[in-house]
Amino acid sequence: MPLDASDLGAIWLTIKLASLTTAILLVLGTPIAWWLARTRSWLRGPIGAVVALPLVLPPTVIGFYLLLALGPHGWIGQATQALGLGSVVFSFSGLVIGSVVYSMPFVVQPLQNAFGAIGQRPLEVAATLRASPWDTFVNVVLPLARPGFITASILGFAHTVGEFGVVLMIGGNIPDKTRVVSVQIFDHVEAMEYSQAHWLAGAMLVFSFLVLLMLYAGRRGKPGWS
Amino acid sequence: MSASIKARLKLARDDFTLDVDLKLPGRGISALFGHSGSGKTSCLRCLAGLERAASAYIEINGEVWEDSSRGRFIPPHQRPVGYVFQEASLFPHLSVQGNLEFGWRRIAPQARKISQEQACQLLGISHLLARKPATLSGGEAQRVGIARALLSSPRLLLMDEPLAALDSARKREILPYLERLHNELDIPLIYVSHAQDEVARLADHLVLLEQGKALASGPIGETLARLDLPLAQGEDAGVVLEGVVVGHDPHYGLFDLRLPGADGQLLRIAHPALQVGSTLRLKVQARDVSLALAAQGASSILNRLPVRVRECHPAENPAHVLISLDASGTALLARITRYSADQLDVRPGQLLCAQIKSVALLG
Amino acid sequence: MRIRLSHMAASALASLICLNSAWADEVQVAVAANFTAPIQAIAKDFEKDTGHKLVAAYGATGQFYAQIKNGAPFEVFLAADDSTPAKLEQEKEIVAGSRFTYAIGTLALWSAKPGYVDAKGNVLKKNEYKHLSIANPKAAPYGLAATQVLDKLKLTEATKAKIVEGQNITQAFQFVSTGNAELGFVALSQIYKDGKVSEGSAWIVPAELHDPIRQDAVILNKGKDNPAAKALVDYLKGPKAAAVIKSYGYEL
Repeated sequence: MPLDASDLGAIWLTIKLASLTTAILLVLGTPIAWWLARTRSWLRGPIGAVVALPLVLPPTVIGFYLLLALGPHGWIGQATQALGLGSVVFSFSGLVIGSVVYSMPFVVQPLQNAFGAIGQRPLEVAATLRASPWDTFVNVVLPLARPGFITASILGFAHTVGEFGVVLMIGGNIPDKTRVVSVQIFDHVEAMEYSQAHWLAGAMLVFSFLVLLMLYAGRRGKPGWS
Repeated sequence: MSASIKARLKLARDDFTLDVDLKLPGRGISALFGHSGSGKTSCLRCLAGLERAASAYIEINGEVWEDSSRGRFIPPHQRPVGYVFQEASLFPHLSVQGNLEFGWRRIAPQARKISQEQACQLLGISHLLARKPATLSGGEAQRVGIARALLSSPRLLLMDEPLAALDSARKREILPYLERLHNELDIPLIYVSHAQDEVARLADHLVLLEQGKALASGPIGETLARLDLPLAQGEDAGVVLEGVVVGHDPHYGLFDLRLPGADGQLLRIAHPALQVGSTLRLKVQARDVSLALAAQGASSILNRLPVRVRECHPAENPAHVLISLDASGTALLARITRYSADQLDVRPGQLLCAQIKSVALLG
Repeated sequence: MRIRLSHMAASALASLICLNSAWADEVQVAVAANFTAPIQAIAKDFEKDTGHKLVAAYGATGQFYAQIKNGAPFEVFLAADDSTPAKLEQEKEIVAGSRFTYAIGTLALWSAKPGYVDAKGNVLKKNEYKHLSIANPKAAPYGLAATQVLDKLKLTEATKAKIVEGQNITQAFQFVSTGNAELGFVALSQIYKDGKVSEGSAWIVPAELHDPIRQDAVILNKGKDNPAAKALVDYLKGPKAAAVIKSYGYEL
């Protein structure tokens, strides 16, 4: 195989980044999606729009503002420095933060749809069967929203794997820390190492196809609410 | 009647205002009856705490569940109600067993009033336990829904048109189970419906709702016989009677029923088999009752009862009049033509003979 | 009616021809990112003096190479190195004999903080910074030069863990200008205006510490018959352009 150690390092780093990002997004995105699916507050529109922004913004815009915000003069950078964490730009943690922002809508929106599809009724039924709101969330909402969680996980993971612009802007291309597969491919192309670029790019193509295949195959025969 | 269920509710929505002060008996079935949009379901949802009225006072058998004047609101999951929705609304991710256990597990063992076996037997669902809700028929699903509500050991059962989503065959399948609940469980049940036949068959107490207001509230026999309510104007206007089977004529296949009242009169009905001593519920439609000045000689009409005219009322159709009658303590309704009424010169207090052309056995 | 129609057709045709002649006066140029500021200054004079129009795209040399090989519509290429144009020449992608060095880049060690970088670059050895930004040495000549400098100064090992790479020299500059990296090797042209360093502090790296960063220009095959392409190349060789190029810190 024409992939060298740095390619394998990039693949491993990418998997690590995508897994961690997906896990964080599920934890963070669940309450946001739940709130968005249920609230009647006027804030629903603005907050929904903010969450969806990465869908339409070029990743370089997100990356650029993250670079400014996370940097020593930015407000997040100032906060992390004040907390003794130093600056997170050019670090794996920085990439995780960037990826969380960048992949947020891909996790929140499937969850929001899944929560919305459940509707009010099961919650009311659970309440009349003595389940507290938290009990209801754990034992009714989560199981009913399972297809949404699967979709959200797959999309969050895949989208993070495909991330490029944000990583480019805040990563600094450091081997085993911020040099992920997409950047590695870009490097190979720039350095005219087309054979290695082909291998990695082909692997990404196959991976992405399999992910989508899984998603669409899983869409069939979902149990509904009766 | 001792009013053990008290609910004063005021609720304003964009297109609808609810303003009722209900006093319902602490046992038996109370029906909230009215057209869609009359506020029946809102009442039920407020009782369960699923909806919060702007101003509310809810007291169930001495326990105050809600008192907006003192800021008291017990959240729905802490109210001992069992709620049966129009659609069975079973949890699709749980088996029938899982659905039944959902409420049951959340009740302390010493507070459980009914076992799973009892509930399954009562609703005839023991053979369905392993099934998933998606595989059940509408009637089966609704029976599971009722059993699930019972298993949360409620002190008040609420049913929101539990039969409305079912076809008439499924309705006939479930009604007997509801009657069994009525007979075998000592839990007050508030039953919302817009179907007169269900109400006539099940309810002991009737609340008539219209545009968010309670037009009438009282025992079903009395309320149905009231001429001042729109009920009397309907095509199906009539009274519901309860009688005890006291005699049997095997030769003609007829049974004698004694009607309630001080010196209750007898009705004869044709039926293949009835248990002497059992109580039956009947409906007598106003259009099936005709009046005569005196019990004439031979007639093919089986039931002819002496009655006293209580009240006359014009019907919506100007050719008809509605007359309420007292048959020795049992209220009856008759709908006759205005012409006939004039011919008979019907007045309150007058003694007449009521000829009952047919009687519908409920249940 | 017929007369009027033919009249309209004739005028439409005339306007098409006009449009076409306007096209011929335009030259599409791929410009190495480090040369962004100078070419903009040069373009103004060029357009005024010749009447031609210059349309520039900025980017990394390696990327432009891939694009040119795949049919990008560039007519003139101002590369950041000399090897890529040489490669294109070998592959017969350019007008024969059109290759020439239009500028020699100067490398600078730069910080956005005034006074942070001393005149001899000792700040590198003091090792008190956290991040040193360079351009990707595999793709960008300035990045390669930066690694050569570190090699010469025997600092490769000491700086290894501190290096952050921008994909091109613009990004290397960006990391420093936003303060995320305290130090970085950038093109002098990026920080040089009117003969001096315009902000922060810098050490202009002596040319002997790295191979010369020859930036070559070529006329690509697509620009063969475009008089504007020829005009631009001639203009770049002229004294007016040379003055501008020098003012941005390039050698000639």
